[in-house]
Amino acid sequence: MTGQPPRPLLSVDEITVAYGPVTALHGVSLQVSEGEIVAVLGPNGAGKTTLLRTLAGALRPRHGQIWLDGKRLDGIVPEEAVRRGIATVPEGRLVFPGLTVEENLQLGAISRRDRQAIRAEIDELFSMFPILGERRAQPAGTLSGGEQQQLSIGRALMARPRVMLLDEPSLGLAPIIVGQIFALLRDLRGRGATLLLVEQNVHKALEIADRAYVLSVGRVVTSGPARTLATGELERMYLGMSRAR
Amino acid sequence: MVSPSEFAQQLVNALSLGSIYALLALGLSMVYGVLGMLNFAFGELVTITAYTMLFLANHGAPFPVMAIGGVFAAVIASILMELVAFRPLRGASFVTLLFTSFAVAELLQNVFRQAISSRPKGVPVPSLFDNAVRVGSVRIGVLPLITAGVGATALVLLTLFMRRSRSGIAMRAASQDFATARLVGVRANRVISLAFAISGLLAGIAGVLWISRTTAVQPTTGFVPILEAFIASVIGGLGNLRGAVAGGFFLGALEVFLQATLPGKILPFAQAVALLIVVAILYVRPQGLFGRRVEAKV
Ligand SMILES: Nc1ncnc2c1ncn2[C@@H]1O[C@H](COP(=O)(O)OP(=O)(O)OP(=O)(O)O)[C@@H](O)[C@H]1O
Ligand SMILES: [Mg+2]
Repeated sequence: MTGQPPRPLLSVDEITVAYGPVTALHGVSLQVSEGEIVAVLGPNGAGKTTLLRTLAGALRPRHGQIWLDGKRLDGIVPEEAVRRGIATVPEGRLVFPGLTVEENLQLGAISRRDRQAIRAEIDELFSMFPILGERRAQPAGTLSGGEQQQLSIGRALMARPRVMLLDEPSLGLAPIIVGQIFALLRDLRGRGATLLLVEQNVHKALEIADRAYVLSVGRVVTSGPARTLATGELERMYLGMSRAR
Repeated sequence: MVSPSEFAQQLVNALSLGSIYALLALGLSMVYGVLGMLNFAFGELVTITAYTMLFLANHGAPFPVMAIGGVFAAVIASILMELVAFRPLRGASFVTLLFTSFAVAELLQNVFRQAISSRPKGVPVPSLFDNAVRVGSVRIGVLPLITAGVGATALVLLTLFMRRSRSGIAMRAASQDFATARLVGVRANRVISLAFAISGLLAGIAGVLWISRTTAVQPTTGFVPILEAFIASVIGGLGNLRGAVAGGFFLGALEVFLQATLPGKILPFAQAVALLIVVAILYVRPQGLFGRRVEAKV
C-alpha cells in the first residue's frame, strides 16, 4: 500500500518493562493496523513474551504508553484488556486441562453477554475445527498438542477480539501440524482478523506477516515489511543467533 | 452380629454425618482451589450460623426461618471476611494468609465471648428431629434422614452449578490456572467473592445441620467442624472438589463405624482413633486417597 498509512489500531509507545531489577524491555515501540499480521521475531530471552504479556495487561510498563484505537491500555488488568478487545493465545497454549473442549470455548466468551450468538459461534468453530467438534465433551487435557493449539486459538476467537496476540503457536508441534496452524492464521487474516504473532519459526512467520519487528535483548533492532526482511539482512542476523530450543 | 435393621440405621447415620463433612470439606476446598489459601476462620461461619439461629429463635422465629437466616448470615460473613481481611493481602504468602485466618478466627471467638457469652447456649430445634420413622422393619431417625437428604440435594445443586453455569465454569478455570483465567477474561475479584460466597453457603447449610444435632452453641463451636473439614479435604486431596466430597463421606463412615464397633472403654476416643487412621493413610498417600498432587498456588 502507498500513501497515507491508516491510524494504527494498536500502538505501543516506548514501553519499558521490568521484572524487579531485571529490565526485559527497553523503550520498545510498535504499531499494528487493522487487518494486519505483524510478526515479532527474536532469539530466546529477547522479551517477546514480556511484550505480549504487557499488552494483555498481565504486566505493567514502568514507562511508555499503549494505545488501542485511541484509548490508553497500559495499567489495566488482564480481564479488562480482554473486554477492550485484546485476546491472547499464550505461550505453551495453556488450555484448561480439566475443562471440556466446549467449556474452554465458553470460557473464551466469558467477557460477552450475547448468549445466543455465543452458542452459534461455538458451533461455527466446531465446523471450522471438526476434530474439536468430535471431542467437545472431552477434557482439553486429553487433546494432542496441535489440537490444544487449535483450541487455544478458538478460545481467543470466542472473545471476538480486535487484536489477537499469539505467542509461538507453532512451538513444539510436528511440521505437518505447524503447517495447519499457519494455514489457520492465513484463514483468519482472510476474515479480517488483526494478529500480532510472536514466532521462532522465522520463515513461516515472514511468509504470512505484512510487517515484522525483530527484538533482541529487550530492544527493537530491525523492523519493516516482511518481504524486505525475508531477504538478506534478517537471515544474516539470525544465523548468528542461537536457535537452540 | 449386626441386624439388618441396625445396619440400615448405621448406614443412614454414616450418610448423614458424611454429608455434613462433605459440605464442610467442599466449603474449605472451594476457597483453597481458587486462592490457594486455607481459611481456618471457616469454622467460625458455622458458629455465626448457630448464633444467628439462636437470635432468630429468641425473637420467635420458626425453625425454617432460623435455618434460612443462619445460612444467609454465613454467606454474608464469608464475603465480608474476604473483603476485609484477605483482599488487602492478595498475593501474600501461604503462611501469611494462614496466620491471618487464624487471627480472624481468634478475633471472632473473642467477639462472641464479649458480645454474647462464653457459655454454651441451647438452640431450640423441632422435637420432630428426635423421632424415628419406620420403613418396613427398620427404624430410622428423622434428623439423620433429613440431614442426608439436604446434604445430597445441596451437593447435586452445587455440582450442576459448577458444571452448567458460566460462573461455575469460570471458577473451575480459576482453580486450575488463575493467571490464565484472567487472561481469557475471568474477573479476579468476582470469582474470588463468588468462591467465598459459596464457601459461606456450604458452611451455613452444614452449620444448620450440625446445630440440629448438637442443639447448642458457644464461642468455640466452629472448632470441630473446621477440623473435620480440614481432615476430610486433606483425605480427598486439598483443592480437589470431588475428593472433598469423597473424603467427607469416608470420614463420616469411618467415625460411625468406629462408634459402632469400638469396645466401650475406647468409645470416647473414637474421634481420636479416626484421626490416627487418617494420619496413617496420609503417611502412605500424602496426596490424599482421591487426589493427584496439587501444586501450591501463588
Ligand atoms: N518472571 C520473570 N522474572 C524475572 N525475569 C524474567 C521473568 N520472565 C522473563 N524474564 C526475563 O526477561 C527476559 C525476557 O523474557 P521473555 O520470556 O519475554 O523472552 P522471550 O523472547 O519470550 O523468550 P523465548 O523465546 O524463550 O520465549 C529474559 O531475560 C528473561 O530471563
Ligand atoms: Mg517467550
